[in-house]
Amino acid sequence: MADLSIDFAGIKAPNPFWLASAPPTNTGYQIMKAYDAGWGGAVWKTLGMPTINVSSRYGATNYRDTRMAGFNNIELISDRPLEDNLREMREVTKRFPNHATIASLMVDTRDQWIDIIKQVEDAGAKGIELNFGCPHGMCERGMGSAVGQDPVALKTIVEWVMDAANIPVITKLSPNISHITDPGVAAVEANTDAISLINTVKSIVGIDLDSYAPYPVVDGKGSNGGYCGPAVKPIALHMLKDLKQHPAIKDIPISGIGGIENWRDVVEYILLGATSVQVCTAVMHYGFGIVREMESGLLKFMKDKGYNTIYDFAGKALPNVLEWKDLNLKYDVKASINKDKCIGCDLCYIACDDGAHQAIELPQDGTRIPAIIEENCVGCNLCSLVCPVENCITMVRKDNGTEHVTWDELTVSEKIPNTWNDDRAGGKGHYVPEPSEAFKTIRKDKSGERAKS
Amino acid sequence: MAEYKRPQNEEEFKDNFPQKKPLMNDTQAYYESSRCLFCYDAPCINACPTDIDIPLFIKQINTGNMEGAAKTIYDSNWLGNACGTVCPTGVLCEGACVYNNQEVAPVQIGRLQNFATKSIINSSNHLYKPGKDKGKSIAIIGAGPAGIACACELRTLGYKVDIFEAKSEPSGLVIYGNAPYKITNEDIIQEVDFLQNQLGFTINYDSAINSKEQIIDLESNYEAIFLGVGLGATAYRNIPGEELQGVIGAVEFIEDLKMNHFKTDVGKKVIVLGGGNTAMDAASESARMGANTVILAYRGSKEKMGAYDFEYDLALGAGVKGVFDASPVEIIGKEQVEAVKFARANGETFELNADMVIKATGQAKQAPFYALIENLELESDDRIKVNSKTNQTTNDKYFAGGDAINGGAEVVNGAYDGKLAAQGIHKWLTK
Repeated sequence: MADLSIDFAGIKAPNPFWLASAPPTNTGYQIMKAYDAGWGGAVWKTLGMPTINVSSRYGATNYRDTRMAGFNNIELISDRPLEDNLREMREVTKRFPNHATIASLMVDTRDQWIDIIKQVEDAGAKGIELNFGCPHGMCERGMGSAVGQDPVALKTIVEWVMDAANIPVITKLSPNISHITDPGVAAVEANTDAISLINTVKSIVGIDLDSYAPYPVVDGKGSNGGYCGPAVKPIALHMLKDLKQHPAIKDIPISGIGGIENWRDVVEYILLGATSVQVCTAVMHYGFGIVREMESGLLKFMKDKGYNTIYDFAGKALPNVLEWKDLNLKYDVKASINKDKCIGCDLCYIACDDGAHQAIELPQDGTRIPAIIEENCVGCNLCSLVCPVENCITMVRKDNGTEHVTWDELTVSEKIPNTWNDDRAGGKGHYVPEPSEAFKTIRKDKSGERAKS
Repeated sequence: MAEYKRPQNEEEFKDNFPQKKPLMNDTQAYYESSRCLFCYDAPCINACPTDIDIPLFIKQINTGNMEGAAKTIYDSNWLGNACGTVCPTGVLCEGACVYNNQEVAPVQIGRLQNFATKSIINSSNHLYKPGKDKGKSIAIIGAGPAGIACACELRTLGYKVDIFEAKSEPSGLVIYGNAPYKITNEDIIQEVDFLQNQLGFTINYDSAINSKEQIIDLESNYEAIFLGVGLGATAYRNIPGEELQGVIGAVEFIEDLKMNHFKTDVGKKVIVLGGGNTAMDAASESARMGANTVILAYRGSKEKMGAYDFEYDLALGAGVKGVFDASPVEIIGKEQVEAVKFARANGETFELNADMVIKATGQAKQAPFYALIENLELESDDRIKVNSKTNQTTNDKYFAGGDAINGGAEVVNGAYDGKLAAQGIHKWLTK
């Protein structure tokens, strides 16, 4: 069986599954319970400046019957006395000496940083994570994302910390910034041992239609929160890629955070270079038990691919993430419908006709199995994405693989289309219906009927 | 058998007839409405005789717009609530749901429909108001589904409407003929009240129209007349012994049961003659009323029965036993029925004991009544002949719909016919 243990910037853990600094790591009780369930590490809920929390703290984006596809919170860092947290941390690190118990910290002045680092080191913390991400409440006091959004301030604080700390330091970045590499480079220049990302995305998760206040509603009002959960994973993966491809940052270990819930998410993060992952929302939704599925799936993946440790495949997807201009313009796929599987919902037809390239037709005889009009199909994937049947619409390669040309190469060889009516433009000559054909519906369509009447 | 004990009171009666499609709770409706794929040109719509925009109302339920959902339903079908409950959805909308094609359970459209319609019926909100008064009156004979639907549609168009109903409750066979596990009488009356309260048509109960004088009277007082008279009593089959005590027509038996519940007389050994949906209902109901044995006897093979498979399955589930290739040739007994003599196709005969025989052998047409109306042409089987685009009869002043023109079909067909006829009347009066 594969070995899941990791050495993350000097922090050792039995596996890469860590709990992110958040409500699930608020107490020693929760962290002990998590380790017992199989988690390899936990970043303690941020310790630092004293706070008071509001009642009504979380909001969610539900998609149809899927609860918490996105999740948002306006909870601040730990509001428990530091002494209680440290006492519990001491107990946890003593009981679980081989787990990655990490202290997340957020304070203001240099003296405060030096003081609190000493205290968590004494409590047995295996590492420190710097919370430069919290985008609500604390940033109004000049901390959290206020630091993450200011690379100069970030660098200064990381330097203070690096001077004071005797254990590895992870700098946690905020996604609420245009170029994640700016704070990334600043952290590296200040000699951080590692980076973690993303913290939550500044968000308003919804508006209550009766009180006209944003969720979560606090006495008829609300505030922006931090967005997380499955909905933010794509944003996090992109930022992880940006850091891992940056020449100054790429060799720094990164702990990936954002919407991780199952083994597939974990593998995707590792393929983009993360060598530990942190989970919060999924645990807040389902409890610590989900780690069993993550572990089993990761082990099965590694067995199938022949990997012994996660380092065998960490970053393996990075060379395949290019800039758009370097993609092969000669690659050609067309949709193909498996008629035996098709259930005749015709969502592919209407999605293509209304939302894409009018490349699917319906039979005229009233039956419902649609057909691809190959000459119109641009290979956009939309039909295969809307199809509710497993493996019914697939994209089939049509070019023979011998030709390869990119926009960049065309630019260099001065072959790009560059006038308004340039014949070399991609859509030139591609079939589109005449505008007036919009009123010819082949079939009875309720919306069409209304439009005509 | 005797899976069901004879109910002695209303509570036990209800226990024996639990609702087949109970009202969903909020959570059920939320999850079920999330399942709809929102198909293009959805097959469920095409399978609905009244063309309800089903994916739209399901999406409206899912987004908490219950009033919008109810309006989508009622815009197409004035008996939206009754149809959600009593429609054979398995062979209509739910049977057409594309999920079936991958053996995934279809969306429970009927129950979702009821969730929306019940929500508006239970609220104090109105969806419709009468159209601007046209100063013209229409008479409707029969307060069944076709008559009610016709009345509602005519009121929205601004016509005054008077319904004449022979019985003392509205909704015809919905109330008198639908099995008690399909819909309760309270539900039916509630929906008619809901419609009447906002649209204001008159229903004259216990007002049978059956004389030439009444017809002449209606013709002089109303601009048009809609015939939603349904079918008549159970037809005689002319087999010896039909007059014996304990022999009853299925329509009459079901009406008795719907009105008198646990007080209805049911024998210990019941034989139901017939193979249609009404026979299935009568058999199921006898079993649920505590009969010791219920035999469903049909002259042809099981496959040839007119009933939907699911109706036969329901009857089997209630403990009914099917006997096929059994044509009744004589009902035997002195005063009270004692047995039925059957003949097989090969001529062999056999007898089965019974103390009750329910004839579900079709209803008589209303031909004697139709004879009172001039120029009213009938099809060869005594159904009223109509123009299928307007439901106008061969006597221009008369329109018709429901069982009277289709020979006996579903509530939803009546609802469609009534609406179509109202539009036909409007076209005819405004041309």
